[in-house]
Amino acid sequence: MPRAAVWIILGATLTFLIGPFLIIILAGASAGEALSFPPQGFSLRWYAKVFTVESFRASFTLSMFLAVFGTITALLIGIPAAYALNRYDVPGAETIRSVVAAPIIVPGIIVGLALLRYFVIPLDVTITMALFVTHTALVLPYAVRVVSSSLNNLRADMEEAAVVLGCTRIQAFTKVILPNIRGGILAAFILGFVTSFNEVPASLFLSGPGVRTLPIDMLSYMEITFDPSVAALSALLAFMSVAIVLLAERLLGFSRYV
Amino acid sequence: MSDAFVSLTNITLTYGSTVAVPNLDLDIEEGELVALLGPSGCGKTTTMRAIAGLLTPTSGRIVIDGADVTRTPANKRGIGLVFQSYALFPHLNAFENVAFGLRLQRMSEVEVRARTQAGMATVGLTGFEARKPAEMSGGQQQRVALARSLVMEPKVLLLDEPLSNLDARLRLEMRNELQRVQKETGITIVFVTHDQSEALALADRIVLMKDGKIEQLGTPEDLYTQPVSAFVADFVGFENIFDVEEADIVSTQGRLKLGFHVQTSKLAWRPSGVAVGTGPYTGTVVSSSFAGGHREYVLDSVLGPIKADAAIDVPEVPIGHDIAFDLPQTTARPLAA
Repeated sequence: MPRAAVWIILGATLTFLIGPFLIIILAGASAGEALSFPPQGFSLRWYAKVFTVESFRASFTLSMFLAVFGTITALLIGIPAAYALNRYDVPGAETIRSVVAAPIIVPGIIVGLALLRYFVIPLDVTITMALFVTHTALVLPYAVRVVSSSLNNLRADMEEAAVVLGCTRIQAFTKVILPNIRGGILAAFILGFVTSFNEVPASLFLSGPGVRTLPIDMLSYMEITFDPSVAALSALLAFMSVAIVLLAERLLGFSRYV
Repeated sequence: MSDAFVSLTNITLTYGSTVAVPNLDLDIEEGELVALLGPSGCGKTTTMRAIAGLLTPTSGRIVIDGADVTRTPANKRGIGLVFQSYALFPHLNAFENVAFGLRLQRMSEVEVRARTQAGMATVGLTGFEARKPAEMSGGQQQRVALARSLVMEPKVLLLDEPLSNLDARLRLEMRNELQRVQKETGITIVFVTHDQSEALALADRIVLMKDGKIEQLGTPEDLYTQPVSAFVADFVGFENIFDVEEADIVSTQGRLKLGFHVQTSKLAWRPSGVAVGTGPYTGTVVSSSFAGGHREYVLDSVLGPIKADAAIDVPEVPIGHDIAFDLPQTTARPLAA
């Protein structure tokens, strides 16, 4: 390929990947009253305003709660499930795999509608509970898949070796299996966290008065108020994601595993 | 009851509904080096797993050092097992791999360190303590796996295909290592192999298995010189095995008049036992290859292919030419079946 073409492709890739991010950062730093690009002047007041909007604080807390505890719950179910599917001749293993993967394939809007109609309304569960269950279910496929693939790289005889050396089955799992799939679990956690935090379609159906996840709250805020604070909030969320990845990298050497 | 150190009495081993080993009896003496030899699927690994406790027999008894361990789980048996894949723990360095089993026992850190260091020294890996398994060669990994089992001072050390993943030079080194370790520690060793030369070279006794049953049990000399069946004979290098009918040697292809009388149903010759250059029979050379000390011929005869080794001073006969050969009585091994 000619050198010029390589540079054009590289430039275009970077523009489309990083461009929107830059536009959001700059739009949020506008001094004007309405969301626009290029920004009118420079000011950090919209970044400051984000923290004063009461509904953002509530919905951010809810989204964080769902992302953290939904993902942890999904992992608590997903790790044993992946282990069982991987190590034992589970009857109907293929069916279980398909069912577990279903939330990835089925559009979120259908998941949301179905859950609303057949779970939330008949059982009369609270909105927070409904969201929690939904987010856990949506994250579960990632937990099972990612943990499965790191278990696949571990040979079963490693566990037997641990047992012959004196471990109980549980010790063999905690001392040998867990440390070796740590990277997979971390990857599944980050993937699950991001999936849950960005989830819109299913949550849209389940959100109710006063209880909304952050992305939905941002949508409805924009319907009423078209000021740059939504851009500022988006930029802050993007920085948060980058910070999480960097922290994970620094603490656990994340990139070694992915 | 047998007073052998390891005694398997009438054990049956199954995987689901498949019987891998039916009604096996096997006694192993203390300090013995025993090889479980046989082709894949003969039940040798299954038997070893039963001794380790990774597989519970559906019937029968396993006694080790006077105690019935048939129902004792693997983690309470005090058996060492070196896996074919070594099964080292990738997240731990060599030292921690070796110390793994010791740390599970209530043992002081000082003792753990002392025994681990001694174990690393036994296998010649002093200085490699900080290496992760991924940073070591196959041979080094295997020695870590060996040390990891040895530091536990097991009653019996089991080795699954200990030499098969090593290249020729390392294989010789590991073979010497195993013999040295066994001499120094006096430990009872049972190893599984599909390679008869490994078994012949290493073992005090060989258990040759076929379809879950013991085909022949004896010293390497016994098996090598006095195989009892065609299966054993074939395994130890009698490559020419024929049926005997009245005074004829018979194969599916034809028959030859035998020059002597025997009361047996089969006769076998090693390639080195076939006389080439002189003799009452004739064969056509199909292939000829130089093998250092001798020349290996495949002859096409009335009986079908005959494998024969000729001394190097016998002039080479080119492919396609006829050559005289003999199946002498002196090198014939009579077989029961």
